[in-house]
Amino acid sequence: MTLGLINANPVVQAKKERLVRTQEDQYRDDGVDPLDIYEYVRDIRDPEHPYTLEQLSVLSEESVTVDDKLDRILIKFTPTVQHCSMATIIGLCLRAKLNERLPLHYKVDILVSPGSHADEDSVNKQLNDKERVAAAMENPNLRQLVDECIFSDEI
Amino acid sequence: MDLMEKNLELVEIQKLEGHTDRVWSVAWNPVSSHADGVSPVLASCSGDNTVRIWEQSSLSRSWTCKTVLEETHTRTVRSCAWSPSGELLATASFDGTTGIWKNYGSDFECIATLEGHENEVKSVSWNASGSYLATCSRDKSVWIWEVLEGNEYECAAVLSEHTQDVKMVQWHPTMDVLFSCSYDDTIKVWWSQDCDGEFECVQTLGESNNGHSSTVWAISFNATGDKMVTCSDDRTLKIWGTDIARMQSGEEYVPWSHLCTLSGYHDRTIYSAHWSRDDIIASGAGDDAIRLFVDSHDSVDGPSYNLLLKKNKAHDNDVNCVQWSRGEGDRLLASASDDGMVKIWQVATKP
Repeated sequence: MTLGLINANPVVQAKKERLVRTQEDQYRDDGVDPLDIYEYVRDIRDPEHPYTLEQLSVLSEESVTVDDKLDRILIKFTPTVQHCSMATIIGLCLRAKLNERLPLHYKVDILVSPGSHADEDSVNKQLNDKERVAAAMENPNLRQLVDECIFSDEI
Repeated sequence: MDLMEKNLELVEIQKLEGHTDRVWSVAWNPVSSHADGVSPVLASCSGDNTVRIWEQSSLSRSWTCKTVLEETHTRTVRSCAWSPSGELLATASFDGTTGIWKNYGSDFECIATLEGHENEVKSVSWNASGSYLATCSRDKSVWIWEVLEGNEYECAAVLSEHTQDVKMVQWHPTMDVLFSCSYDDTIKVWWSQDCDGEFECVQTLGESNNGHSSTVWAISFNATGDKMVTCSDDRTLKIWGTDIARMQSGEEYVPWSHLCTLSGYHDRTIYSAHWSRDDIIASGAGDDAIRLFVDSHDSVDGPSYNLLLKKNKAHDNDVNCVQWSRGEGDRLLASASDDGMVKIWQVATKP
């Protein structure tokens, strides 16, 4: 564990105004709306800073794409710095948050935005190996950190 | 009999409920099948930290859970394997240990716990004679254990040549040659020249040998042991072969080589592949489907595998393991899934 913060001076955005969703917006077809997915994840707290992933521009509305035919969700997130060692933690937080909200059969792939991380391939591989993710989530310390990040908006 | 010509389907015989978390693996007891006059027995292991033993009643033909092996492993049980005699069950867990269980009538007792791996144990395999056990782990190592008298197990070798998490170990069906596959995208072959327990890595099947381009999740051999199938996160199945007669007669290691690659059939990670005694390859993948492949015998140059059938939505979530039963000709397949279910299937001709 490094002692100092990975990124001591993050750029923080103001909290984005929430658009009021109309009835029509909310009940579109049978598929999952990417904006609904975004709602679940935008307020996840960054593991290091008291700001949300949205405020730190780690996530934006463009982060989420949905393939309605195959029921697949792709999330691309942008770590704040190239050598961010929190990238895997952020990925775990995204998975944990979506696990509780999505119907069972949806497939979720999580990647760092291309070019945003020095170990892009290595991070992506870890985040999408479900056995590694499952084992990590059984680690009580890691689980606690993840829970703090994903439930922070409910405290 | 040409399987491709028959109109076959995969029929769901029964859904076995009970686990409270995803089911990672299933294993058929090798000495129990209707042909042996004994009820078929199946073990399943789960993220709920338990192993369930299922038995088929000879009267009602339905499957029930006979026993739950619990309160031993403190984390996910990732895989399990019956000894060749069918008397022992080895269980590999994320808690870093491997349990050895003995069947006492309707009860199972944990008679030994193998420790040594630094973190999660992913897989366990017995050799053909039951004299060796192999385990592998995220700690990148493969351990070989010698089975001694009096429920004693001694570590015979710690093999550390994989550069990443080792996903599965599998002994060759007839010879004491060990195979392992890994997150490092390779398959390694371990052999002891003088059969003295000194194992070394004699071959690595990687990208340069037409190997996989991502994590290799499983290995399975055909009945004669001259071919094996591997499956990967790269969404392909690969068939490999060797000159088994030369290998069995001589004292030299005979290398394995790539025979063919089945690509374009899967669009998610393939977690499991299993080769049946009558040459059907089953695969379980991250798209919730089970696929069966057979050799069309079209090519003179080697095997040429074709899709026999695809069972969509075999489960409500990823299929983690597929295993053919050991009985002759019954064509029963067991599957395990992230949906928490175990299912028993039968390959049958469409009415």
